[in-house]
Amino acid sequence: MTAESHHPFTTVIGLEVHVQLQTETKLFCGCVTTFGSAPNTQVCPTCLGLPGSLPVMNRRAFDLSLRAALALNCKIASFTKWDRKNYFYPDLPKGYQISQFDLPFSYEGHLEVTDPKGAFEPRNVRIIRVHLEEDAGKSMHDETAGTADSRIDLNRTGTPLCEIVTEPDMRSPEEARAWLNELKLLLVYLGVSDCNMQEGSLRVDANVNLHIPQPDGRLAKTPIVEIKNMNSFRSVERALIYETERQWGEWQATHAEIGSMPKQTRGWDDSAGVTRGQRHKEESSDYRYFPEPDLVPVTVSEEQVATVRATMGEPPAMLRKTLAERWHIPAYDADVLVNQGPELVEYFEDLANKVGEGKVASNWMQQDVLRMLNERGGRIADFPVQPAAVADIIARVKKGDFDTGRGKEIFAAVLETGKPVDEVVASMGIAAVDEGDLQKLCEELIAENPKIVADVKGGKEQAAGGLIGQAKRKNPNVNPGKVRALALELIRALP
Amino acid sequence: MTITTTPAAELASALQKGETTSVECTTAFLDRIEATNPTINAFLSVDRDGALAKAEAVDTARAQGKPLGPLAGLPVAVKDVLCTTDQKTTCASRMLKTYKPPYDADVVRRLREADAIILGKTNMDEFAMGGSNENSAYGLVRNPWDTDRAPGGSSGGSAAAVAADMAPLAIGSDTGGSIRQPAGLCGITGLKPTYGRVSRRGLIAFSSSLDQIGPMARSAKECAMLLQAIAGHDPGDSTSLNTPVPEYLTNLEKPLEGLRIGRVAEHFGDGLDSEVAEHVEQTFAAYEAAGATIHEVELPHASYGVPTYYLIAPSEASSNLARYDGAHYGHRWDGTPSDDQGITTFDSPLVEMYCRSRAEGFGPEVKRRIMLGTYALSAGYYDAYYAKALRVRRLIRNDFTQAFEKVDLIGGPVSATPAFKLGEKTDDPVSMYLVDLYTVGANLAGIGGISFPCGFTKNNLPVGFQLQGPALSEPLLLQAAHQYQLTTDWHLQRTPAISS
Ligand SMILES: [Zn+2]
Repeated sequence: MTAESHHPFTTVIGLEVHVQLQTETKLFCGCVTTFGSAPNTQVCPTCLGLPGSLPVMNRRAFDLSLRAALALNCKIASFTKWDRKNYFYPDLPKGYQISQFDLPFSYEGHLEVTDPKGAFEPRNVRIIRVHLEEDAGKSMHDETAGTADSRIDLNRTGTPLCEIVTEPDMRSPEEARAWLNELKLLLVYLGVSDCNMQEGSLRVDANVNLHIPQPDGRLAKTPIVEIKNMNSFRSVERALIYETERQWGEWQATHAEIGSMPKQTRGWDDSAGVTRGQRHKEESSDYRYFPEPDLVPVTVSEEQVATVRATMGEPPAMLRKTLAERWHIPAYDADVLVNQGPELVEYFEDLANKVGEGKVASNWMQQDVLRMLNERGGRIADFPVQPAAVADIIARVKKGDFDTGRGKEIFAAVLETGKPVDEVVASMGIAAVDEGDLQKLCEELIAENPKIVADVKGGKEQAAGGLIGQAKRKNPNVNPGKVRALALELIRALP
Repeated sequence: MTITTTPAAELASALQKGETTSVECTTAFLDRIEATNPTINAFLSVDRDGALAKAEAVDTARAQGKPLGPLAGLPVAVKDVLCTTDQKTTCASRMLKTYKPPYDADVVRRLREADAIILGKTNMDEFAMGGSNENSAYGLVRNPWDTDRAPGGSSGGSAAAVAADMAPLAIGSDTGGSIRQPAGLCGITGLKPTYGRVSRRGLIAFSSSLDQIGPMARSAKECAMLLQAIAGHDPGDSTSLNTPVPEYLTNLEKPLEGLRIGRVAEHFGDGLDSEVAEHVEQTFAAYEAAGATIHEVELPHASYGVPTYYLIAPSEASSNLARYDGAHYGHRWDGTPSDDQGITTFDSPLVEMYCRSRAEGFGPEVKRRIMLGTYALSAGYYDAYYAKALRVRRLIRNDFTQAFEKVDLIGGPVSATPAFKLGEKTDDPVSMYLVDLYTVGANLAGIGGISFPCGFTKNNLPVGFQLQGPALSEPLLLQAAHQYQLTTDWHLQRTPAISS
């Protein structure tokens, strides 16, 4: 249920997303962009903003951002330029950020988000613009022991960032979260960004206000609030839910409408679960944008766009359809698999190929591989059980060596011990149960369970299920299907 | 042969023939600097040990018959706006008093590769902002022709060093006339190349779209030698031109037959000193005598050059100089409380550090231009000032394009007056800004210009003549100046003895 569904208003949300491009080197110099290196070790005169240093555009970063813009269905400008955004901050060593102001390299795109569970209608979110800019460094304020010591790490300075600005097209916090998930998935699939929010490679600001129909038919709009400092998609959703309620309360108290005050910026406090007003001063900055004279404008030809498009890869929305058709799996399954990212899809396709049956592979992925992966954490690329081992277990189940339940136990044991399937099967004492043994076991069970036998004879075949549990306790290797079939056969043969 | 009065071209051949050594030459210039710099203040730092070590290395290599660069053994003075790893680079500012760059400017790298001997770093107006060299944090520069007068600026140190025989060759930079105007006032030859001909990497930026590095020497021939060594494409400067560098020296000897030189009537209006006007007209006559033709051309928007320049240059400067904030390098306020800047309340300790560091580190002219530029770029003023200035800049560029359809070069004065008295204009920024009247056009249009001596006033002050040419016309500019210098000896005149 959406948070505001019981309220008589529409929530209007627009997002501003910054993603770090997955380039090896920075946007305007040759420094590497590896995360987590010792502070100030990935720097040079240019990204340190030393006197006399000059920027040179990294064409690969530009092509990567073109890929993002094309995937977001944007128009690509044939002529684009760089601008300086001027402001003072210690993590901005030049005193300006090289960005794009009035001529972004791409504009007017869209990205649709659907919810497979149908919690909301498919929503086409329009994109105003996507532009490229350089990242700032990181300030670390050491407030311990009251030393008020600030340190600056400029490793990140100059890392390429794509800024994606949407129209206010989202209508609920969960829709915004779902859209962010879809955006992230898209950028990860296309290799544009790893979108790691913890490492700061994806950052989100949200603009939100309420549209409230009035008795006279007019639509009242509350002042737009920009929310910052959200460090996960969950935080974005929570902050938007909080802010929606706060604005509704504010509206009821003041009836203040948009335009009655300057746009407000509020910071999200994740632990307190509230948004807090930030100082007005920070909102009214004049960045004194002007064209960057150290760089030449960039022209983009149709051929360049075509080349980028040709090497772009399949976006997730298309992949969901492809996967469902190729492996005859339900749309829901394809959605779950694709949403886990390209590495998992690769794992699935490998497994499905080996198993030969998409649906069986998909079931194992969802019920076993994914469950274990979620429990353990980490990436599928580091998952110790390879598709070949899972396919081996599935094949043995099919052959009747053991049932699915037993197969899952073997899977868990393979994962636990890191041993090959053969060895695990042997060590668990699992061997195919000999026909004679099975016959003997069933005869024993029939002798021990006159009530069940009577029920079955009286027409309640499902009572035979009671024998299966007992059979498994006597010999964990038995195949329940075979026990059931043989037991029924023996009971029917009884006088 | 007195080494310090011998032109660089002759020194080069004497070095090649073994008639002198680089150590001998370098020592002579270093001694001359030692004797005259206390008066002239052309050098901010002199690298005696480094220069002599390099000279010795060149002499040894030469003795061993090893291949040497085109400037092998020749001393060069470098304006302190260019980064050098072995010497401080101060930009004549308190802000960079102790700053030593971790990399060489591309031009410095090329000089080293040409086996030139870098004598030291020359004085200038702080951050290249000024036209008299009175805006240096390390003292003004005196004009060697009359030490009560200014050498011009901002490359006043480089111009005075060449004029006073402290260096045979020097590197300057020109944003609105900063090579040509001091060259004119000091009686030497200076070339502002086409924008992009010489890499700006390692040139501490004043106004990125206008700054250009160029050679300063006694003659056009020596400017050609020096330009040959420093010009060329640099992939590290996105605005650097990727076109081949012509052979500047081989072109010099061609006669001027058929050359069309433009004359702009507005250049001879009010404010032009009558003696300057007379020498400039005589120069036109000399060109005519040498086979050139003179044609009246119009630069209709020339009168907007200075106001346009003083919007664009400060705007870019306000951004380029934002990096000097005390946080990473350069001058930082030491924390001593004071109210001498007239400001006592700050938003935060950080803002106080910024404000006080910049208030202490920058001189008044730099602050004035930062304020001008910040204002011109501000929301609400941008369209009226900066954006309009860009439009006028295009008109000025078009003026030149149209003029160059009719003529090959445009001639005229470099400055309205000969060297002015020190202190004469310091209280009147606008009259100081007007010293750029004839030179800013070439920077706004991105074209080349050369200034060379064309006579002396009754007071024995040099008068300069300027030729401007279309983009990449350096061969023609150098040739035209050289041909004039073949029949005149203004450029060979030496200054009166400099009292120490
Ligand atoms: Zn770097």
